[in-house]
Amino acid sequence: MTTLSHAPIAGSPRELARRFLSVPSAVIALSVFILFCILGFGAPWIAPQNPYDLRQVDILDSLMPPGSVSYTGLTYWLGTDGQGRDMLSAMLYGIRISLIVGLLSGVLALVFGTFVGLIAAYRRGWVDTLLMRIVDLQLSFPTILVALILLVILGRGVDKIIFALVVVQWAYFARTVRGVALVEGAREYVDAARGLRLGGMRILFLHILPNCLPTILVVATMQMAMAISLEATLSFLGLGLPPTRPSLGLLIANGFDYLQSGRYWISVLPGVVLLAIIISANVLGDRLRDILNPRL
Amino acid sequence: MTEFIIKRVLQAMIVLFVMTVLVFFGVNVIGNPVYIFASSECDQACLTKTIAELGLDRPLWEQYFVFLGNLLQGHLGNSFTHGIPALSLIFERLPATLELAFCALALALGIGLPLGVWAGLRPDTFISRCIMAFSMIAFSLPVFWIGLIMILTFSVQLGWMPAIGRGDTVEVFGADLSLLTPDGLHHLAMPAFTLSLIMMAIVIRLTRAGMREVIFADYIKFARANGIRERRILSTHVMKNLLIPIVTVLGMEFGGVIAFAVVVESIFSWPGVGKMLIDAIGVLDRPLIVAYLIFVVFMFVVLNLLVDILYSLLDPRVRLGGNQT
Amino acid sequence: MTFLKPGLFAAAVMLALPVAAQEVLTIGVRSETSSLDPHWTQLSADVQVHEHIFEKLVALDATSQPIPGLAVSWAPIDELTWEFKLREGVTWHDGEVFNADDVIFSFDRLRAGISGAPASPAFHLEKGAKQWERIDDYTIHITTSEPYPTVAEDLAMLAIVAEHAATGVTESVDFNSGLATIGTGPFMFEEYSPGNLASVVQNPNWWGGEIEWDQVVFRPITQDASRLAALLNGDVDMIDYPPTIDLPQLQEDPDFTVSTIPADRLIYLMPGYKHVEPFITDNDGNVMVPNPLRDWRVRRALSLAIDRETIRDRVMGGASLPTRNIVPPGFFGYVDALEADPYDLEEAQALLETAGYGDGFNIVLHGPNDRYVNDARILEVVAQMWSRVGITTEVDAMPRNIFFSRLIRGDELTIPGFDVPEFSMSLTGWGTVAGEATYTVSGTLETYNAATGGGNGNFGRYSNPEIDARSVLAKQMVDADERLRLLQEAITIGMDDYAYIPLHFQVNNWAMRAGLEHQPRTNERTMAMDVSRVD
Repeated sequence: MTTLSHAPIAGSPRELARRFLSVPSAVIALSVFILFCILGFGAPWIAPQNPYDLRQVDILDSLMPPGSVSYTGLTYWLGTDGQGRDMLSAMLYGIRISLIVGLLSGVLALVFGTFVGLIAAYRRGWVDTLLMRIVDLQLSFPTILVALILLVILGRGVDKIIFALVVVQWAYFARTVRGVALVEGAREYVDAARGLRLGGMRILFLHILPNCLPTILVVATMQMAMAISLEATLSFLGLGLPPTRPSLGLLIANGFDYLQSGRYWISVLPGVVLLAIIISANVLGDRLRDILNPRL
Repeated sequence: MTEFIIKRVLQAMIVLFVMTVLVFFGVNVIGNPVYIFASSECDQACLTKTIAELGLDRPLWEQYFVFLGNLLQGHLGNSFTHGIPALSLIFERLPATLELAFCALALALGIGLPLGVWAGLRPDTFISRCIMAFSMIAFSLPVFWIGLIMILTFSVQLGWMPAIGRGDTVEVFGADLSLLTPDGLHHLAMPAFTLSLIMMAIVIRLTRAGMREVIFADYIKFARANGIRERRILSTHVMKNLLIPIVTVLGMEFGGVIAFAVVVESIFSWPGVGKMLIDAIGVLDRPLIVAYLIFVVFMFVVLNLLVDILYSLLDPRVRLGGNQT
Repeated sequence: MTFLKPGLFAAAVMLALPVAAQEVLTIGVRSETSSLDPHWTQLSADVQVHEHIFEKLVALDATSQPIPGLAVSWAPIDELTWEFKLREGVTWHDGEVFNADDVIFSFDRLRAGISGAPASPAFHLEKGAKQWERIDDYTIHITTSEPYPTVAEDLAMLAIVAEHAATGVTESVDFNSGLATIGTGPFMFEEYSPGNLASVVQNPNWWGGEIEWDQVVFRPITQDASRLAALLNGDVDMIDYPPTIDLPQLQEDPDFTVSTIPADRLIYLMPGYKHVEPFITDNDGNVMVPNPLRDWRVRRALSLAIDRETIRDRVMGGASLPTRNIVPPGFFGYVDALEADPYDLEEAQALLETAGYGDGFNIVLHGPNDRYVNDARILEVVAQMWSRVGITTEVDAMPRNIFFSRLIRGDELTIPGFDVPEFSMSLTGWGTVAGEATYTVSGTLETYNAATGGGNGNFGRYSNPEIDARSVLAKQMVDADERLRLLQEAITIGMDDYAYIPLHFQVNNWAMRAGLEHQPRTNERTMAMDVSRVD
């Protein structure tokens, strides 16, 4: 039911990048996001402690406020949690898990959804009708409810939460891509390509798909923010990730028990980081939409 | 026309049937509820007896047909935990959830619309930027986090707000409402606001975007050129055009609000269906989980069916083409 | 450090107005009441509400020892028969007179089965194949198939309902509406709204004497933090299970009182005794044959490697009682000589060396994360401690709805009939509800035997004929002194062999506003009768 009229993109990538960065909020958001990517993916090298290696974690160091020094000489710059884990390390690894979950589920949903959308747009007829019925059905159910039930059935684990998130996200991509592809398919260059007797798949993937990319990019950014937020919410409800390998959402949930006794650092710091990641991803998506101007 | 409706009703029934299969088999492969409830002194004989009593020893497909047979007669089974029909539990709790959801909706519109109109009218002022930043943050905040922070701030630190529950209720047409008592409103405020934030953000953005578009439309320019007062233009022409997309989107997002009520209800111990679902999952009350899901699926399928039929009445192309983009 | 609560005073003033006329006690509880049919479940969350309304022939005192309830006395009159004398002059809430017919009716109702009940206490009647007979209006005989010492303890689990009110009532609906909820207890049904509240009002005609509270309201608040918040801002007067993290602050805060008692729930680690255990691997990742846990030195080393006091102080907020016993102090069967293992890394290391596992091995430690107090955190800390002696421990914590099925039945659903417990090392708890050790010994230490019900909680499949002989005998030994000897011997043998590794007894806490006094119970139940005002 979204109407997609696709405005041609003006200018070269360099021009687009310049325009993208002409707004300070976008620059900040991009830097914040890149920073967290570096921190998250670099966690094993940056973190002062491996929070999953139980030999490095000492319960006697539990609940230390930020800046405390362990008897081993390690400084806990952001304090420790109830198990004696260094919060800085736990957060770095938490960022890593949240980003992996967000990015991986986004990419998988993107690939699958785009594929379905392209097929639907290309084959038309009953294939299209059937696929779009499924998409409509999927979209008519609230994402969080579907993911929640899936996780109840599947159990816990990073792979399982990624699967659940792909299930709830792919339909957005499929519908968007189909819309754009239908419009693109009606353009002259596709007619020209058909005139040249190029194969269907070739037209689909080499000509139509590239023109869908801006739209996909915008949807993907927004979806990633949603996926990270959803993962945190599910973890909070006790579904999703195992407590021994906490994501940011789980760190917040664990830390909430300590809030009332004044140990703010266990819950508030991961909360701030989670917010920063989600907000920066959303700002990026917003800016991309302004620049690339797909009508969503 | 009739043919179209029949076709859609059939489709809806197929969807419902497929969903019962998915839901039933999905929920029934996890764990065994008897082991959760059983006393540690309940030995093998006692366990076996209980399992047989609940019909859990029969093959899954057989259980499914029993379930389907009951479903066709309008029974969704008895809750394991409570021993009363699951459906009556749902209906008992539904008013609380609906009340929360509608209040959240009202808040989202009541606060979101004026803010959006303002931001659309004067897009470059400082206040508008603040409004848009607020909407971005509200959209990004995970619901559970804001709920926890609100309890911590307003209930624990400041002591202004009750942390949990529904407060005093008044019975209206057989349903308890907390909206009508001061104590109830006091209890309702925080959960409803928490639940409304995401939708509020969406309303602000839509209103603003709508405003930007409408304000440059020719008929508005024309009205302005004719010397019609700004206030009148706003109240009649602009608002009318704004409401259409907002109503459509709210209709779509309302399901989301009901779903997110699961989170809000578990944080604020709000006795609605969402909290019931989480509790049921915790103890694996299969009939209750299945009943809730079937109920929700049924609601959505029927709503979609109605919307489809309405569309087809309004727009003949839908039923001829079958493809809406 | 104290809690900030400027609003508390205002809340107290607001509360004080309606309270002036009536004494109301509002209790925030962790679990909601599932049904008001007292024969529906034996879960503490339900029973604690039922016990305000309904009574049993035998009541339990604060340390779960049997005391007279609706029965004034009981004694064996021959090998197989116990005689119960009932209390005279007791009336039901609606004024009808209580007599032996109600008792017979209640037991018959239980035996007939409560349709759809997943955890009915009816199995207590099947233990010893009890039969009952009405002798006169106030005398009942209970006969068993073999000599059976713990009839009174069993009857302490079975509520007596009114024949005239509950006849024909099979569904919970009529109990939930109050129709059949006619009891003899100190409180009468007022309102029940699932998930929201259960409230009861004083029974002015109770035989047991004066009651302080006019009304008692139970409000379920599942989230720990929310429950505490509700207490802090005055929504409720009292909560059960205050988060252990906040206990130290609560104890110091003059505005609140904390009551404490060791509970009957033992938290322990259960090793798997199969020849090959899938979750135990050597340092190259290969499954080990034979399973090292079958060597008692390894089990002792694992026990010595656990610093129970640190768990108490750092994880449990002080709310645990480190132990090597299987029933808490004050219970029938407690062995004074068994003291909690000290934390001794060197000895543990030495034991592993002599057993031939000096290089350590890998183990997966399973457990629930939403069943026992701080269960997931205990798992992680135990894993930390074991990793220090070279036993690399991986924690797999899961929700109880999955954990217990896998613990008890393993892959039952994947391979039908294959009901072998799955875990190689798991954390579980055992609550000795009866106040005495007979069924704790039988359930956890006896060899698993589906036919007799022996070892039904023995998921590691530990087997020791020395214990079996004593346990089977104890179950039929009516002579209390002899039974105590048998039980204590069995426990000592089991614990010396490290059949399993006890960690601690949970210590239960309740937090309430200052001005209330609470006499807590070992069996986790929160009773308004135990709470009084002191201001």
